[in-house]
Amino acid sequence: MSKYVIPNLQREKIESYLNNTGMRLDGRKSDEYRELVVEDGVSKNSASAIRVKFGKTEVLAGVHLALATPYPDSPDAGTFMTSAEMHPMASQQFEMGRPGINAIELARVIDRGIRESGFIDMKKLCIKKGEKVYQVFVDIFAINDDGNILDVAGLAAIIALGRARMPIYNEEEDKIDGYSETEGIPLEKEVLSFSMTFHKVGNVIIADVSKEEEVISKFRLTVAMGDNDGKPRITAMQKGKAGTISTEDMETILNLAESKWAKMFPKVKEYVFGK
Amino acid sequence: MVAKGIYTKRDDGRKFTEVRPMKAKVGIVPSADGSATFETGKTKAIAVVRGPRTLHPQHLQNAQTGILRVNYGMMPFSVEDRIRPGPNRRSEEISKVTEWALSSVVDLSGFPNTVVDVFVQIPQADAGTRVAGINAAALALAHAGIPMKEMVSAIGVGKIDKTLVVDLDKYEDSLFHDGEGSTDIPVVMTSRTKEIALLQLDGKISVDEFKQTIEMAKVACDDILKVQMDALKGVANE
Repeated sequence: MSKYVIPNLQREKIESYLNNTGMRLDGRKSDEYRELVVEDGVSKNSASAIRVKFGKTEVLAGVHLALATPYPDSPDAGTFMTSAEMHPMASQQFEMGRPGINAIELARVIDRGIRESGFIDMKKLCIKKGEKVYQVFVDIFAINDDGNILDVAGLAAIIALGRARMPIYNEEEDKIDGYSETEGIPLEKEVLSFSMTFHKVGNVIIADVSKEEEVISKFRLTVAMGDNDGKPRITAMQKGKAGTISTEDMETILNLAESKWAKMFPKVKEYVFGK
Repeated sequence: MVAKGIYTKRDDGRKFTEVRPMKAKVGIVPSADGSATFETGKTKAIAVVRGPRTLHPQHLQNAQTGILRVNYGMMPFSVEDRIRPGPNRRSEEISKVTEWALSSVVDLSGFPNTVVDVFVQIPQADAGTRVAGINAAALALAHAGIPMKEMVSAIGVGKIDKTLVVDLDKYEDSLFHDGEGSTDIPVVMTSRTKEIALLQLDGKISVDEFKQTIEMAKVACDDILKVQMDALKGVANE
């Protein structure tokens, strides 16, 4: 892996500008997100496939369903798997070959968020108990990494699932004949949650980092929140990098997460389930 | 801590804020530079430190500082269903979060171009293996004489239905699904500044409850720190 190098001068410039003005070099406020763009129609051959962008950070996500044997401990439930490919096209940091730790962590954090929340109704993906179920694949593919790929990929995964269509099962030949035009996969709409990642750069907690900010940050904390009667509820957290979080920083992050969630949730919901 | 929901009593009779019985010992692997075991209840972790030693391949070396490298794994016989030997996605992620947690207190600036390897293995698992592993690893690093700014202690806290708990066992962590289910929050605290060096969370918990669990983790980490310090002083705490 070739490292993403930030000259010390640039690092100091980013940090002192933030410390002194609370603003970032691209003109954003510390807690300001880049514009979210969601596009459909990436591939007609899957249950869904979409493109999601935050500024220049761009990922594709697709959902596939396949026939599978259920796990012995849950014979009447479908199965689920998330994979992430940090392709070398997206960044000079990424290389070909088996997934590195970044891709593994990203896939696992997203996988846990969806799995543990029960967003997919796995019981409804059972075709014959103990013998045949649907396996749901979410595949994330990074196109361009300009920071905060975790939040973008997380949104892409839930939006792709929200738009995924049910397969048409051909019982005679025991195979899938394409996807339904109208029927979506079974989802528990009320448990929808999405993640927001905050970094500490200089002395400031910032949201939706750029690539440079991401590289020089002291720590990151990802907070996923869902809806609990109109109030945000934490559904997942993951701290990254070697820095430590003080009590004050934690307070700042939790307050930011609550206010950002209130603002973004209705919009995210609309992207996932339509108007 | 008063239980509000359906989870009113723990199977093993512990209080909700009580850590399972702990055991710690250093110097269990004679050929290593540092080593330790840490047990909580039925969960056992061993950690071995080798280094500082020259880092190969050379392009990974850092001329400013030594680096810490952590490898976590569960032994094939550590749980009921045999685990296939070798790395998997879970073990690679836990290795990385452990490495971040320990790197926050270790100071290897005196050892440029070197690596300090920390090997964490779990011979027997009953939930909380990553935190037990970190408790053992911190001990092994101290035992090896690696410069550390502070000690770290680790604990799993969480919420079972509506009840906030410390040190989840396997039943609480993965088999309890009633009511509001189980929320599991591994936390690593630094010993002096009480800052958070590792934090993960899975489940459903309000912001206020989350803040309470962090306070519970602080108290538990103080107890764990005592056990760690006793082990380092060579006090048998069986």
